Amino acid sequence: MSVVPDSTTEPAAAGPEVRPSPTRGRGLALRAAPLLVLFLLLAAVPLFVAPFTANTLSRILIFALFAVSLDLLVGITGLPSLGHAAYFGIGAYTAGLVSIHWTSEAPVPVLLAAAAGAVAAAATGWLAVRSGGVYFLMLTLAMGELVHQLAQRLTGVTGGSNGLFGIPSVRVGGEPLTLAGLLYWYVLAIALLGFVGLWLVAHSPFGSTLKGIRDNEPRMRSLGYSPFRYKFVAFAIAGGFAGLAGGLFAGLVRIVNPTDTGFTTSALILLAVVLGGAGTLWGPVLGAAVVVLVRDTFGPQLDGHGPLLLGVVFVVAVYVLPRGFAGLAGLATRRRRAPGGAA
Amino acid sequence: MSEPLLSLSGVSRHFGALKAVDAVDLGIPAGSRHALIGPNGAGKSTLFKLITGAMPVSSGTVALGGSDITGLSENQRARRGISQTLQHSSLFLTQTVLQNVLLAAQRHHPGRRSLVPRRQAAARERARALLADVGLEQRSDTPVAALSHGERRQVEVAVALACEPRLLLLDEPAAGMSPAESARLVGLLQALPESVTVVIVEHDLDVVFALATSVTVLHLGRVLLTGSPDQVRTSDAVQEAYLGTGRESLFLDGTGPAHLEVS
Repeated sequence: MSVVPDSTTEPAAAGPEVRPSPTRGRGLALRAAPLLVLFLLLAAVPLFVAPFTANTLSRILIFALFAVSLDLLVGITGLPSLGHAAYFGIGAYTAGLVSIHWTSEAPVPVLLAAAAGAVAAAATGWLAVRSGGVYFLMLTLAMGELVHQLAQRLTGVTGGSNGLFGIPSVRVGGEPLTLAGLLYWYVLAIALLGFVGLWLVAHSPFGSTLKGIRDNEPRMRSLGYSPFRYKFVAFAIAGGFAGLAGGLFAGLVRIVNPTDTGFTTSALILLAVVLGGAGTLWGPVLGAAVVVLVRDTFGPQLDGHGPLLLGVVFVVAVYVLPRGFAGLAGLATRRRRAPGGAA
Repeated sequence: MSEPLLSLSGVSRHFGALKAVDAVDLGIPAGSRHALIGPNGAGKSTLFKLITGAMPVSSGTVALGGSDITGLSENQRARRGISQTLQHSSLFLTQTVLQNVLLAAQRHHPGRRSLVPRRQAAARERARALLADVGLEQRSDTPVAALSHGERRQVEVAVALACEPRLLLLDEPAAGMSPAESARLVGLLQALPESVTVVIVEHDLDVVFALATSVTVLHLGRVLLTGSPDQVRTSDAVQEAYLGTGRESLFLDGTGPAHLEVS
């Protein structure tokens, strides 16, 4: 984790930047400390909770990574996609097939899943990224449905509507990870790497170019950037991380269904991003947690009315928190920074 | 006269029957300070868009430094050294002043292809120097959305200069600036090195005559006159284009020079 602070000095809030270096070093430690505590807490969780809770937390982490990868598109680049589950699903199927037919040795299935997600996103993004606004929504929706149909029809490969089952459990050093706690640690490790990767992308010069495109694409063109190229690469990267999340998912639940690639999943994850606050990267993590908890944990206690509850949560959130959960934190800092500052 | 940096030949842009820019020939020598003036609707902004590539020409060719760039897209032209400020501020509103300038500066300083955060020391230093030049060093961490109109114009200039242009196109840079701000702008532009050629559209004639070594007057999409500032100041045709030909032209047939231009 100590890799992250190294780069926290980068622009984002150039506030402490101007001051001489000793203060910067201390600010760094101050910013790193909560992250470290959070990491230790997350790592310690399986020592205290029941297997079912550990399993739920694993799922939350996976959907959080998935949501943050979508946030790179929606919040950072300004491309709201309705077909992001396609790359999640492609990753999941890839990891499942690799595990069944070749090896389930730790990083291999997820790495190939990420690669498959990125390649699929590159192949389809080539087309989708040329459009914008509603057309981009429609194109990504269509591509998601295409993948969903393929997953349904290619029964020989994907198992069709029965799903791809019998995926062997993940192995680390030849030992299968069957205990929920160990599996959780595996998911935590990979997901954290994914978060760090996405954070680095969003805060690199490449990431600030994406934000520029989101804010004012014509101006970026006049500065000499080719928006298409940047959007395309962002689309492929987002697909890659969605594939990574899908690979983790296949290793965790050990069955992949066509619905995991379909519109419902895409819409849910877009909901998680909006709920959490698009463009912040950490907001969608909370959004994903709420979505998974409401759907999987509270849903079954409501006689299958989980989606209804989710809908209510969403409507309330849009009214009360127009910028998502992240908006709450933004409110606090803005008030501190400039009393009566411009909206 | 040396080889012109920018040369337009027969450049036209039609919107249906309206000839917004009509067969304009213009050669702008390297290092010159050239002003483009004309009444509203003369086609100044459209001509700028044709030069930057934001809008395709209907006919004619645009050449930069002797090579034809008519077929190049806007971002390709920008990479060849054309930079501009727009008539209406066009910035990245959610980001700070420094980030705005950095976006332009990082293209022209090493390290921009990196996927990993870097210090970008060179680009940062350049951006800070430019902000000091335009007088915004105190505001570098302010979001652009919180700036006044005049300050945004100053950021525009800093962003345009951060592209390290060969040809700098300024579309009404002083509009909405206070007299002090526009005096500062004139000083900044006068201090630019010879390697930057400046073309400026401006309604504030004080700014124009303080800066320009040559002036082109556009009227109804055509070049009315190109000459030194003094020639332009004393030209009857220019007076007429700005002030109109007097009421008699509404009733009398084809005598004034304005009629010649329209027909």
